[in-house]
Amino acid sequence: MAQAEGGYYVPHQSSWPIIGSVGVTALVVGIALYLEGIGAGPWVLGAGLLITLWMVVGWFGDVVREGLTGLYSDQVDRSLRWGMIFFIFSEVMLFAAFFGALFYARVLSVPWLSGADPATSRLIWDSVALTWPTAGPANAAMEWRPMGPWPLPTINTLILLTSGVTLTAAHHALKDGNRGKLVGYMWATIALGLVFIGLQAYEYYHAYEHLNLRLETGIYGSTFFMLTGFHGMHVLIGTLMLGVIAVRCMKGHFRPEAHFGFEATAWYWHFVDVVWLGLYIFVYIL
Amino acid sequence: MTATTQDHAHHAEEPTGFKRWLVTTNHKDIGSMYLLFSLAMFLVGGAMALVIRAELFQPGLQVVDPYFFNQMTTMHALVMIFGAVMPAFTGLANWMIPLMVGAPDMALPRMNNWSFWLLPFGFAILLSTLFMPGGGPAGGWTMYPPLMLQTGTAFPFVIFAIHVLGISSIMGSINVIATILNMRAPGMTLMKMPLFVWTWLITAYLMIAVMPVLAGAITMLLTDQYFGTSFFSAAGGGDPVLYQHIFWFFGHPEVYILILPAFGIISTIIPAFARKPLFGYSSMVYATASIAFLSFIVWAHHMFTVGMPLAGQLFFMYATMLIAVPTGVKVFNWVATMWRGAMTFETPMLFALAFVFLFTIGGFSGLMLAIAPADFQYHDTYFVVAHFHYVLVTGAVFAILAAAYYWMPKWTGHMYNERLGQWHFWLSTIFVNVLFFPQHFLGLAGMPRRIPDYSVQFADWNMVSSIGGFGFGFAQLIFVWLLYKCIRGGQKAEARAWEGAEGLEWEVPSPAPHHTFDTPPVIR
Repeated sequence: MAQAEGGYYVPHQSSWPIIGSVGVTALVVGIALYLEGIGAGPWVLGAGLLITLWMVVGWFGDVVREGLTGLYSDQVDRSLRWGMIFFIFSEVMLFAAFFGALFYARVLSVPWLSGADPATSRLIWDSVALTWPTAGPANAAMEWRPMGPWPLPTINTLILLTSGVTLTAAHHALKDGNRGKLVGYMWATIALGLVFIGLQAYEYYHAYEHLNLRLETGIYGSTFFMLTGFHGMHVLIGTLMLGVIAVRCMKGHFRPEAHFGFEATAWYWHFVDVVWLGLYIFVYIL
Repeated sequence: MTATTQDHAHHAEEPTGFKRWLVTTNHKDIGSMYLLFSLAMFLVGGAMALVIRAELFQPGLQVVDPYFFNQMTTMHALVMIFGAVMPAFTGLANWMIPLMVGAPDMALPRMNNWSFWLLPFGFAILLSTLFMPGGGPAGGWTMYPPLMLQTGTAFPFVIFAIHVLGISSIMGSINVIATILNMRAPGMTLMKMPLFVWTWLITAYLMIAVMPVLAGAITMLLTDQYFGTSFFSAAGGGDPVLYQHIFWFFGHPEVYILILPAFGIISTIIPAFARKPLFGYSSMVYATASIAFLSFIVWAHHMFTVGMPLAGQLFFMYATMLIAVPTGVKVFNWVATMWRGAMTFETPMLFALAFVFLFTIGGFSGLMLAIAPADFQYHDTYFVVAHFHYVLVTGAVFAILAAAYYWMPKWTGHMYNERLGQWHFWLSTIFVNVLFFPQHFLGLAGMPRRIPDYSVQFADWNMVSSIGGFGFGFAQLIFVWLLYKCIRGGQKAEARAWEGAEGLEWEVPSPAPHHTFDTPPVIR
């Protein structure tokens, strides 16, 4: 095979990247137009979304076909692994920015605003007593309640942790060559993911309707929805990835000794799990 | 099936003409596109700088209106950082890293194409904002709220343009890391890698670590503007200073992203023209890694005047000053490499030498700025402008030019015109000092930056600086002409174009064939 002869699979042309550039550009320009209230926005956005999806499906389709025809040597496999590891690392750092905002607000800026550092609070706002959770000095009169850890977030924590277990069970089934068990655990994982998203959606509804907790609810609302919202988006993407992988499992694309597509998705799912644990502790409990 | 057979099967049907460049996965094609794009952006950003210097030629307002001036200072920085310097380094990485480590291509060739092609699209969005109602971004490239939130229609376009550029950088860096970690020829251990490869490995790591943080920061700007969040508004319990912390957590490592590959280039060129191996190879590697580590814990030295607790100021001051240690190791090693070397002074070496002198001046002024009490005086003056232009123009840009002259024979197969190269070097070096050195005096005398008008006592040195600016700007046209001539023809270059050049890239013919190292070489 390629490895023995020192070859490395280099695809010599591809239209997907340029299609992806057009799609992503249309997508973001569409969102920007929409945010600025310019008429064509939603159309450009929709077109960009479709082109981007076309690119994703086409590009991954190429990769899947190449993988199945045995073009990928062990060395190519390692490149894909490094790529996925550092992609996940970049995602970790994206969440780090939002966690950083939460910690900064709780540990520094809210105490400073309420007079811990008198010079600062006097310059910025007439001193008011603020304690976390807070919606800020301008919203002191606002009636709202924070989201506690019980019951929904705790249930969701258990659901995500269980989904990590079922996914690992699926991985073991794959390595044992037991396709029936593999497919069963895959769909169980996806079902748990969907339940999580459903409960999270209900939690948002509950926040808006019963707690009056909104994006506009000062720094608490900002950090709460930004962190849980970005996490929810990642769960959604992860669930879609698991869906694709489940179908590929059913088609028998994976062999016990070669199934990086499965592993990459599993890594991603576990990453989303770990981020949730951080959320559960720092957003809901503490 | 091998890459080679793939290659022959495909060659017949490979598109030619413009379409070839749209769909190529070849690291040399993509490297060339990066480098030419970067040159174009260098000229665009340079034109913006000349608008700034034309306005500052005399006190008073005569050339552009102040709001447009602010757009120019903002866009000049964004274009030069994200459009000129970073793509130039990525282009060099694309061209040279596979050649240097003996790999057939980058590890993820299709993604490589995407990393590049997002750039022209991102810049189309960014530059188009200049023509939007309310003009382009004018709050400075750091985009501090609340000022940035007063941008007109351009606001979301700027944010998303930067998102696109960030995605491009992250993918480019992932590719570099995968290539270096996985594509080295047998026998090329980590501590045998050329320093350019080492510095890029660390740079790529920095980029993957901090680009998403910038993305997070500007996403919070976006939600503050459109979705009613209060991250950066004290009214809602947030803090505008929070933005500055997050931004500079990205921004300071970004500074090293802009300079570490330059260190790698200089560490390649000086040994070649001193005809001696690099002094202290392993200490160079450790120094680079130390600088990268320290870059994560010094960010608030950009914000000494925002009102930080004293303990914070002290920590960030001392941590920043620590960076002088590994940087000093590097400068010492470059000088020690030249000690008793058989030196010749072709254009790449001249630029490398100028780098060592002039970057070090920028390093020293950085040390001055690191001293918190002194910084209260220097902050937001032209002294800061002088400092980072010494680091970025006579540092990063000079290193890129040195690299371009050094590897141009390998890229084009021709030697460039040495006489034109020398003219380019001397004019650049003289004018860049005329341009930036007086800005130290202006800053110490108290001239604020980012203001289109100034008090008359600053008139003389501003006029000198502007003359230097135009001289430096037009001197770059020599390079454009030289590059054009070198691509079109000239004396044939040998495989080893320079007598003292070491490394795998000189083992392949000049110009480097479209595909190299399909079978990896063995390094002893």
